[in-house]
Amino acid sequence: MSVIVGKTSQAPDFPIAAKSALKNDQLRRNVAHATNVIRNKRALRVEEMPDWEDLRQAGSDIKAHTLAHLDHYLEEFARNCELAGGKVHWARDADEANSIAINLIRHYGGTEPGLEVIKVKTMTSDEVQMNHALEAAGIKPIETDLADMIVQLGHDEPSHIVVPALHKNRVEIRDIFRKQMGLPELTEQPEDLTNAARHYLRDRFLRAKIGISGANFAIAATGSVGVVESEGNGRMCVTLPEVLITLIGIEKVLPTFADLEVILQTLPRSATGERMNPYNSIWTGVTPGDGPQAFHVILLDNGRTRLLEDEIERETLACIRCGACLNACPVYRETGGHAYGSIYSGPIGAILSPQLQSLEHSRSLPFASTLCGACYEVCPVKINIPEVLIHLRGRVVREDQKTLGGKLSAENIAMQTVATVFQDHRRYEAAQRLARIGQTIFKRDGQLTNLPGMAGGWTRSRDLRPIPKQSFRDWWKARDKNGEETREKKAEERA
Amino acid sequence: MIERLGHTVEFPVQQTCCGQMHYNTGYHREAVPLVRRFVEMFRDAEAVCVPSASCVAMMREHYVMMAEAENDPAFLADVHSLLPRVFEFSELLVNRLGIEDVGATFPHSVTYHPSCHSLRMLHVGDAPVKLLRSVRGLNLLELPNKEQCCGFGGTFAVKNPDVSVAMLTEKDACVVQTGAEIVTALDNSCLMQIYGGLHRSGSKVRTMHLAEILESIEPTGGLA
Ligand code: SF4
Repeated sequence: MSVIVGKTSQAPDFPIAAKSALKNDQLRRNVAHATNVIRNKRALRVEEMPDWEDLRQAGSDIKAHTLAHLDHYLEEFARNCELAGGKVHWARDADEANSIAINLIRHYGGTEPGLEVIKVKTMTSDEVQMNHALEAAGIKPIETDLADMIVQLGHDEPSHIVVPALHKNRVEIRDIFRKQMGLPELTEQPEDLTNAARHYLRDRFLRAKIGISGANFAIAATGSVGVVESEGNGRMCVTLPEVLITLIGIEKVLPTFADLEVILQTLPRSATGERMNPYNSIWTGVTPGDGPQAFHVILLDNGRTRLLEDEIERETLACIRCGACLNACPVYRETGGHAYGSIYSGPIGAILSPQLQSLEHSRSLPFASTLCGACYEVCPVKINIPEVLIHLRGRVVREDQKTLGGKLSAENIAMQTVATVFQDHRRYEAAQRLARIGQTIFKRDGQLTNLPGMAGGWTRSRDLRPIPKQSFRDWWKARDKNGEETREKKAEERA
Repeated sequence: MIERLGHTVEFPVQQTCCGQMHYNTGYHREAVPLVRRFVEMFRDAEAVCVPSASCVAMMREHYVMMAEAENDPAFLADVHSLLPRVFEFSELLVNRLGIEDVGATFPHSVTYHPSCHSLRMLHVGDAPVKLLRSVRGLNLLELPNKEQCCGFGGTFAVKNPDVSVAMLTEKDACVVQTGAEIVTALDNSCLMQIYGGLHRSGSKVRTMHLAEILESIEPTGGLA
């Protein structure tokens, strides 16, 4: 099996990628501004809901139940989708998903090179790097979601699961459009940018024979599939072409339409701070004379079933990709999404990418968090992301400790030493004394400013208050010795 | 301060660490003996006061799970019996003892940083603010964007130093913006981080744990 999650296999470790992202002031301003805006909108829409916590719990329960019986619901979905005239394909990994799509496109569209297919709202296709696969096969994918289009035209990578071009501001978008659409006069006014995009896309919508979409959910009881969005481009993409191919991660299935009562309340409020999405498209199989006349669903595993085995890891599959955890994350806020190496960035990316790939890649991501809990607090399906992060850290550490390099790493040795010291208060006190003496060579103006090794990461940009001459412990012991009497006296006085 | 309120304080000098640093960094196996040690040490206490919210979060969030994984019923029973007696410092005062005014005087301007673990895991709510409001002479100033993490995150601070410092820079800018003389919190670890940035940038704002402020009864607040 070849599980691919974006470009994580070539991505540098998070601290390194983050360091270069932090140098880009424009990017940081854009990300901070955009996440602030969405965060505040979300807060308004959540505050007005008296039953928000119940909805979160309900969402979590629905997902937990579905994941516990995923095989059942997937088969039910496949059966009902095919009864309604759709065709279901099962893809074990990225390569399988891509070759199923390519074969279908060839089957319906012929082999002429440069064949255009329109695409909308499919992060999963970024996960499996479908655009690269299509291009390598001579097929031209055209992203039609505005933000995805900006990313594609700018030869860029998406940086957010809901707002893929969040890292770009209007002026930067204008420059991309000017260059790629041949519009040297274009201004950065929102109306002008929208008009330019509309012109560019309209033609392509009308001439494309094949569309590829993602899905926010699939309904087992009816075999239906749904996409929610703000632009209407998604609706065009799933209704105009003759052939529609929908790529869905297997965790997206829901048992019945009734479950949408919960998800369609929590998803838009969490994702964009809207009470509901302007466009909610739900379709079931094929309807003669109306919409695509051939409908194919690719159900993608790509490492997901492995997560089902473990109770803590399984939780990750409950994600409905609302992006709220990204907007709330103080780490994402500083670095933006690219530092995470795939479409899945922020807190959800930090747990999803490494797990899908059995920790083969993205091993630094579980450590890219302060465990501040802001993600957990906003997650509409209550994924305890900090808990999953700690669990994954444990896996990484245990695996590393099995290798010689890991055993001898400075971190492991330090952690083992400290653990030994902490197991005996005499050692602990001796270490305190030793540190007090040792620190004198690093002291400048009464501050620790230049510590060696891992601690150097601290003192490069921060000071460290030196260990005081008398620790609490020393003070307590001294007091205990000559304080016994005084305390007894005091107790008498009180009595 | 607690003795001032008429209670007896004991400090078992054999104690060391609750195991949080090891556990949160992924050294789960190494954390177990530390947890056992902690539980052993405090098993018979009437109430355990922990002046660090993140340590309390470690105990409440993970001790049961760790004890279950150890398959040791006696250990698990001890954990279950001890946890309800563990209090974060402000919880102990406001929730357990029902005190908001501890009789402190501290004539200084103070801003309060609600550390992530106290805010989102312990849900201490406004307990610390109530305590601060009851201090004579204290001018409490609202910290902008207060709920955002300071960037410490334990070993995160050294594993991801650049991001950690970027987060800290935002936090310290908010602290300075308040014009407060002192920034306080329930976690010395966050205060160490906040101090590190403030001091490096030459700011005169001091960091003090809430307990240090509540201890003060001198008319000057005891500051040099
Ligand atoms: S983990 Fe939760 S908050 Fe983050 S994208 Fe998924 S559903 Fe949304």
